[in-house]
Amino acid sequence: MAPKSVKSIRNPELIPGVRKCSRSQMYHKRGLWAIKAKNGGKFPQHEKAAAAPAVEEKPPKFYPADDIKKPLSNTRKAKPTKLRASITPGTVLIVLAGRFKGKRVVFLKQLSSGLLLVTGPYKVNGVPLRRVNQAYVIGTSTKVDISGVNLEKYDDKYFAKQVEKKQKKGESEFFEADKKEKNELPAEKKEDQKAVDTSLLKAIEAVPELKTYLGARFSLKAGMKPHELVF
Amino acid sequence: MTFKRFAEIGRVALVNYGEDYGKLVVIVDIVDQNRALVDSPDMVRSQINFKRLSLTDIKIDIKRVPKKKALVAAMEAADVKGKWEKSSWGRKLIVQKRRASLNDFDRFKLMLAKIKKAGVVRQELAKLKKETAS
Repeated sequence: MAPKSVKSIRNPELIPGVRKCSRSQMYHKRGLWAIKAKNGGKFPQHEKAAAAPAVEEKPPKFYPADDIKKPLSNTRKAKPTKLRASITPGTVLIVLAGRFKGKRVVFLKQLSSGLLLVTGPYKVNGVPLRRVNQAYVIGTSTKVDISGVNLEKYDDKYFAKQVEKKQKKGESEFFEADKKEKNELPAEKKEDQKAVDTSLLKAIEAVPELKTYLGARFSLKAGMKPHELVF
Repeated sequence: MTFKRFAEIGRVALVNYGEDYGKLVVIVDIVDQNRALVDSPDMVRSQINFKRLSLTDIKIDIKRVPKKKALVAAMEAADVKGKWEKSSWGRKLIVQKRRASLNDFDRFKLMLAKIKKAGVVRQELAKLKKETAS
């Protein structure tokens, strides 16, 4: 609740709808008589703003035949998904779905779309800088020191698909050209991966056995009960 | 053949069901055939069914329904905690708790350690086999 300022209430509500003092009593209490006396019998008013001259509205040239309904206005702005308390920058996450299921991966930051920016590091387990949905991830309690990494330039636009120029309709040429373009990763992205990973690798190698841990996949073994496991 | 652990005043028991699951308590009075009055330094004295208690070997010297201070003093004098943690039952529980609280990383490290140990054992065994074979 908002903090109540403890000032004296001039006109307390005795019962809902019934206040203590009448109109004239309140006039006296507020001292309006004194303000009027001070200002020569009138209550001081500030000057009215000069009215802007009315704009001449021309009658419309065209009236539509049918009434079209306007959709209701919506000013809702979506917030990024609330990040689980267990997931902080540097947390080791277990990816549960997709190509890298079971991989243990380092969490970097949450992007504005709500997705989590994550890296293997690539040299350790083959997971590149990638976006991952929080719902498909288990947050472990193992943390890696992430302070030496600069993540400012990574956002959702960085991961947008490359827009291909429109190809003319020649069927055989179409297929060949497509295949060649898809396989290559631009050198810039490889450099970005290295930049992020070098400082991360130092922090990872400082902890014994953490590198092999990140290189191994997670799987449920016999006797492991997920609801009883501490991650 | 005879019974060795009796539900008597001063018997230390482990609660095996309910809110106080896992606590070591002392039987402080017997209410009737089924229930006992039970107390522990960290809980409010209360009645509990015998079915919810697992009796231990430890017994302390107290009078019927001692004051909390007297109970605590008697438990210290008999070193209930120490005896419990040294007993095999107590040690097993400690190990179980430790295993349950292991992190995913801890479990991984444990797996590596087990593999290493098994490797060393296997090497020694191979050496011994070689000696007996020759």
